Order: sequence, then structure tokens, then C-alpha cells
Amino acid sequence: MRPPLSIKGVQGDLKEKKYNCTELVNFYLGQAKKLNPTLNAFTTICEDFAFEKTKILNEIIQTNPKAFEEFPLMGVVLSLKDLFSTKGIRTTAGSEVLSDYIPPFSGTVVNKLEEAGAIIIGKTNCDAWGHGASGENSDFGPAKNPWDTSRVPGGSSSGSAVSVSAQMCMASMGTDTGGSIRQPAGFCNLVGLKPTYGAVSRYGVIAMASSLDTVGHLTRFAEDSEIIFNVIKGKDGKDGTIKDQYKENKALNIGIPKEYYGLGIDREIVELINAAKSKVKGVKFVEVSLPHTRYAIPTYYIIQPAEVSSNLARYDGVRYGKSRKAFGDEAVRRIMLGTYVLSGGYYDAYYLKAMKIRSKIINDFDRAFEKVDALLTPVSPTPAFKLGEKNEPLEMYMADALTAPASLAGLPAMSLPVGFSGKGLPVGMQLIGPRFSENVLFDLGKRYQEATDWHLQTPNL
Amino acid sequence: MEYKPVIGLEVHIELSTKSKMFCSCPAEHFAKEANTQVCPICLGLPGALPYTNSEAIDSIIKLGIALGCKIPEFSKFDRKHYNYPDLPKGYQISQYDLPVCLGGQWTLDNHKKISITRVHMEEDTGKLIHRKVNGEKVTLVDFNRSGVPLVELVTDPDFESPKEVDEFLRDLRHLVRYLGISSADMEKGSLRLEANISLGRVKGREDKRVKLPDYKVELKNINSFKFLQKALSIEIKRQSEILDSGEKVNQETRGYDDYNKKTFSQRSKEGSEDYRYMPEPDIPPLIINKAAIARIKKLIPELPKEKQMRFKDSYKLPDNYVDLLVNDQDRADFFELAVKIGKAQGIDSKMIASAMLNNNLDRSSSSPADMVKKLVEVTKKDYASQAEIEKAVNKVINGNKKAVDDYKKGKTNVIGFLIGKAQGYLKGKGEVGLVRTELLKRLEKK
Repeated sequence: MRPPLSIKGVQGDLKEKKYNCTELVNFYLGQAKKLNPTLNAFTTICEDFAFEKTKILNEIIQTNPKAFEEFPLMGVVLSLKDLFSTKGIRTTAGSEVLSDYIPPFSGTVVNKLEEAGAIIIGKTNCDAWGHGASGENSDFGPAKNPWDTSRVPGGSSSGSAVSVSAQMCMASMGTDTGGSIRQPAGFCNLVGLKPTYGAVSRYGVIAMASSLDTVGHLTRFAEDSEIIFNVIKGKDGKDGTIKDQYKENKALNIGIPKEYYGLGIDREIVELINAAKSKVKGVKFVEVSLPHTRYAIPTYYIIQPAEVSSNLARYDGVRYGKSRKAFGDEAVRRIMLGTYVLSGGYYDAYYLKAMKIRSKIINDFDRAFEKVDALLTPVSPTPAFKLGEKNEPLEMYMADALTAPASLAGLPAMSLPVGFSGKGLPVGMQLIGPRFSENVLFDLGKRYQEATDWHLQTPNL
Repeated sequence: MEYKPVIGLEVHIELSTKSKMFCSCPAEHFAKEANTQVCPICLGLPGALPYTNSEAIDSIIKLGIALGCKIPEFSKFDRKHYNYPDLPKGYQISQYDLPVCLGGQWTLDNHKKISITRVHMEEDTGKLIHRKVNGEKVTLVDFNRSGVPLVELVTDPDFESPKEVDEFLRDLRHLVRYLGISSADMEKGSLRLEANISLGRVKGREDKRVKLPDYKVELKNINSFKFLQKALSIEIKRQSEILDSGEKVNQETRGYDDYNKKTFSQRSKEGSEDYRYMPEPDIPPLIINKAAIARIKKLIPELPKEKQMRFKDSYKLPDNYVDLLVNDQDRADFFELAVKIGKAQGIDSKMIASAMLNNNLDRSSSSPADMVKKLVEVTKKDYASQAEIEKAVNKVINGNKKAVDDYKKGKTNVIGFLIGKAQGYLKGKGEVGLVRTELLKRLEKK
């Protein structure tokens, strides 16, 4: 048995009783067990936990005729980036510091997913604390790209992308602070959603940089992305930054910000995106300018490490059983950078200045969205690179150049498969919308995926 | 050399809200078993987030209004970083540059005005417990107090004597209790005091202005108002001796040792610690609009100073009576109710105050009405008339020659015997005071 790739496909089979949830989990677990030794997607597989859940769900399907209406994620097998706190299941953040930490609580999103009928089968590998764009900063070894195992799957939600791409689960929850969902989705031929900052509760998700962190997911279909988003969004009385300001937007004009197509972007990526433009009917493309784009990386790498240094202060060696020596090089680098820019005498010169530039970047977007309903850009300058290829931190930081601006502005953004490079590597495009315009991204994504089949292609494993 | 003390205060007030500042654990932590009132949020577990308790915000706004502060429309929380085992997140959520309350004022009895610099909101820390476990000295952490809402009030250095400080603190404690926002109990640690003190040189015989000193000494960990008064007096003496001898006073933090009646150095404070303040990204800025302030104003009861004035005016009570009643809000309310009920029954406010303050009659009464009933019974008791008393006293004086002589020889304690005799004639209906007065009148006369 090999279940369909979409949520509706699997739920259709479950309704028709082609198989039950236990058999479904058996399939994914089989994939995971077979492929994980090579791909290193999971830090923890929670088999018992999953089977306990399937027993309950099988029962519900048997007895409740409205099961699939009341449980919108009925039978959806999920993995969670190991930054999601899960009650009773080890949660490492990809770091040695928490390698023995079993949380006493689950956060809002995990609870909502569980209540909606999802089945969690494991925790996925990631760059420690979410610090990275390749997965190589994990203290549990790097995850490998299923399309070419000598290459990175992208990061920091590396294992999440791999687990969906290699069909070890239906969808995976990730976090995106500067591109950590969109970039691996692009490298692994998936749909990656980074919601509006303030759309989905961060409660129970280990913080990286709190003013930038968002909780999103990786799926194969824009439609599945929407189904999951509708379950997890909204106020929870736990995350004070959550708002509910959705508007009924329509995508008529799409902006092409010229700064995103400049030097350093592979020609074939630009060509694939240009070819995609004709696939969605009824939209016009307009060139726009976001002049402060080039300041996004320097700004992001002041604000983000500042918040990182603050958020990691709690791992002081008193609790969680590991000393501070267990921090990896990248975390130490960011703690040092962040501590420096927040120090007396430097705050104004660095942090405050970065906050001012952040406002300018936001203004750029606001002005663009007066003219257009969404923006279309590449996700990354190149397709997936080789493991070990980028060994200079700064080089790695530049991988966020096209994704960090939307993060700084708190905007929703989605990456979608747009084709393959000459070497057969997946390429993604990015749609960015105004705050709380997720519906526009889903609408464009669904229409685009109806007209294309890039997303239906799976790696040969 | 003549010096003038320059004293400023920093007061921490733990709020008596139902739940903690950023989570739903109970805020009341006194004498609770260690770590029984904790959750992922106040333990700072990975992934937990703070969620602001609006009751605490209302409380600090009440205090701000009562102290005449401005309540800016926009204020925010910041992270104050330092490492200590009782601080589970590695930072304390506090307020740095935009506190909830700014620039208030308090008037002392001598009409002097004390400026309130700011009042801000923060969270309390856990507590370290040093103990021996299996013969080994260990330090344990109790997080019950972690995240309890804490208000910090800072004054300008406007106090010139320990007495002024004491008056302000008593007023403040009183105010806070009236507002119902804190028990303000020193013993339970819900009120904590720090003072900074230095001595300024008086410019000249005519010009009494003070040149502001270039140092300050912080007095910390002071357990009571009395100790703070003592510590300040001792500090004034110590610093003036140092200055007289031409030396400089060290900028430092000092504690107070009541046993030896000394302050002692705790740590020297050359530079200021770098807390790397940063805006708290997990909590949206507080927007406090006019409507919110109007709503909270309505929740503020009559405050001690106003009540004092009103009691003096409308009840015509002596000052010490007023103070005693107003000091205890419940008692003041009890009094006012009793006066209202008593009015119809011919019991006046003085009689009620006296019954409460001299005889604690309120403590043994179930309600103001109950107390008034008792007072009515007492006043309506069928006493013997003055004429009957005089007649009885006359009989006693004439019929007890020996006792009367004894009294005149100085054995004044026979008065009790004579009163008893008189009461015998009066069948116990004599009001003792009157009988005694009448007896004495006759005894002194002869």
C-alpha cells in the first residue's frame, strides 16, 4: 500500500475503509525506519504514542458518522520539528543542551493538531535552536536531501522537509524565523508556509528570535497548507502577540521586486519563475521596487542574535542537566554577537539602528502593497548546495537574503515548487503577501498547482 | 561642617492579585510548600510565553493615579538580563524607559512635596533556600514566588530626614492597603525597602541650599520601617564623620546590623551593572487610553488622607480618634455604619468612637447594628437618680463612722467598702462613677 499524497486523498481512502489509521501509520513508519538511517530526518520516532492515537481515531471513524467534519485533520500523519515542546516526548531543539529533556507540556499548536485528529509520529532533526540554513548545525548530524543525499535539505526545518519529501509523513510542522520553512521547502520540492507574525501561537515552541519567529508547516499541496493553517491559527490566551485581522483579499496584481532578481541569483531559477507566470490566469505582473532589501541581512543579523542571546540565557547549566559547554559553535557565535549588540554603549549603534532600518524595510513593503496584492520572488539564490560546501558563517547567512525581508516585516510568505534545475534539483518560488493575507497565497498556490505537476514529483529512493 | 541628608527611596510592592503576572498560578505564595505553585511559564521552560495579567495592570494604574502620576498612553515591557539561579529565564520582565506611571507627587504633613520619579511593573524572582540535606550543605530553589507581580516605586532624592522617610512609607503602606492592591506586609516580604543616602554640604549660613553630593550609598535588605529609620540615622552619622575628616564616602551598597547598631558594606558599586535591556518581544506594548483610566478611577475608594479630613469635619472627633479609625479601613467603615444606625437611636458619633476605641466593643459585636443595640441597652439602663444617690450616700456617711474616720486618716481604700454599702441602699442601681463622685465630695468636705 502507498497512500495518496494529499490530505483529502488519504481521508477519502479512510472514509471508504480502504485501510484504517493504524495501517496508515504502519506505512509511514515503515518508510521512516527504512530511510531514516540514510536521511537522518528524525531525532525521535514516537511509535507507541502514534499507535495509541490511531486506536482512538479508528474508533471514532467507526462510530461517528461526522468524524471527518468534526476532525478536519483526521488521519493526517505529522512530524514536528524538534523545537515543538511535546508532553512526554523528548524535545531537543536539535541541541546537545536539551538532549535529555522531556517536557511536561505541549504547546497550543500541538494541542490543536492533536484535537483535530492528527497523528504525531516523530520529532524532526533541525539546526540546533533553529540556527542555520542547511541542517548542518544539528548536534544530531545533518539531515540529507532526498533528491540528492550529498546535498543539504535546507534549514533550519531540515528534518521536517525531508520527512515529507520522503513520504515518512503527510505534513510537517516547522518554524520560520528568517526562512527556515520556505528555504527547505524550496530545496525539497514542497509547499512551505510562513504565516503572518501573530497569526499562529508560538506558545510551546522553543524560541529562537521572538519578534521574528513564526510557526508554519511543510506540505505537498497549497490546499493541505490551508487546511492545516485553518486548524492552528488564532488566539489562544497564551501568546499575547496573536491577532485576528484577516481581510478578504483578491490577487489581481502581482509585483516583481527587481531587487530579488539581481546578482547572485542562478539564471535557471529566474527562467523557471518567468515560465510560471503564465500558469495562473487573470493576474497581471508589475515591476516594483523594495529599495532597502539589501539591508535585510545585516539588519536581521543584529536583531536575531540579540533576541537569541536573550532567549538562550535560560540554559544556564542549572537545569536541563547539561552544562553550557554543550552549546555548539553557531549558538555560541550568536550568543556572543547578540550580547555585544545589546551591551551598554553599543545598543544605540547596533540594535536601535537595526530596528530603524527594520521600519524602512516594512515601509518598502507597505508602499509596494499599495500597488500590488502579492509579490513573486525566488526563495533562494541557488538550489540545494552540497553538504559542507558553505563553511563560512557569512556565506551561510546570505542564504536567507531573499527570505529574511518578509520575516523582518512580519509578512506571510509561501514557497511553491516551480520546477527543476539542470541537475534535477527542485527549485522554489516565493509568494509574499500583506499581513493576514494568507488566503491570497493559498488561492494563488492552489490555482498554480492545478495548472502544474511539479509538486507531484517525488524523489527516487 | 553642616550637612543635609539627601535621601531617595526604592520600594518594591508585591501585588495581591489572584494569579501571577504572566501565568495563571496563584500569586499568594507565603508559607506554601516549595514549588507547588509553578507552571511552564513561571518556571521559564523552553517554549513557554508570558501573557499579561490585566488585574496587575489595573492595580499599578490605581497606585499611579493615587500618587498623582501621569499614566502615558503607551508603555512597554523590557527584558532585564542577569544570571542568578532564582531567575529561571535569565532575564526579568520589567520596564525600562516607558513605565506605566511617571512623575507623581506626595505631600507630607509638613507640606513638603516628595516627587515620585516613576512606578513600574515587573515580575518577582524565585527564592533560594540554603539547607542541609543528608549532611551536605545545598542550595535549593523555590519558584512559588517566581512571576508574582511586583511594582517598583522610585522617588526623587527629596527626603531630608529619616522621619520624613518613615512618614512617607507609612502613608504609602496605608494607601496601598486602601487601594486593596497589596497586603504591604514587611514580614511576608510583600513590601521591600531600599534607600539611597548621601550628605550634601550646606552652602552657607544664609544660603541653606544644598550642593548635591557626587556619591550615594544604597541601603538594602532592610526588614522593617524601624530598622530603616535607624540605619539612615546611623548612616548620616557615619558619613558626616568621614566627610568631616576630609575623606570621600565610598559609593557602595550597605546592609544594616541591628544587633551591633551598624551598617556594613555589602558590595562596592563602581560602575553600574549592564543589564542589556531589550524590548520584550513576547508582550505587545500596553495601550492605556482615557477610557481605561476613567474606568479604573471609578474603582479607587476614598483614600486615607481624604477620609481623615472628612472624619474630622463631619464627626467632630479628636485627632487621635480619627487617626485610629482611618488607620483601619474596615473599622472606619464599621464606624460610619454604626453612626448612621445610631443616629436614630440617640447614640452620637463620639460615643460610638469611644466604645470602639476604648472598649473594643466593635470586636465583640457581630455587626454595626449589633454594637449600636448594645450601646442602647447600656444607656437605657434604669439608673438611680442623683437625688437617690445623695440620699444613699448620706445614709452611708452617717452610719459608718469608723470607715469614714479611717478614710480621713489616709486609708483611702475603704472607698470600695463605702461604695458597696451605698449600692446596697440603691439595690445596685447606682452608676458607680456617680456614687464615687458623690461619696468623695462628702468625704473631702468634712
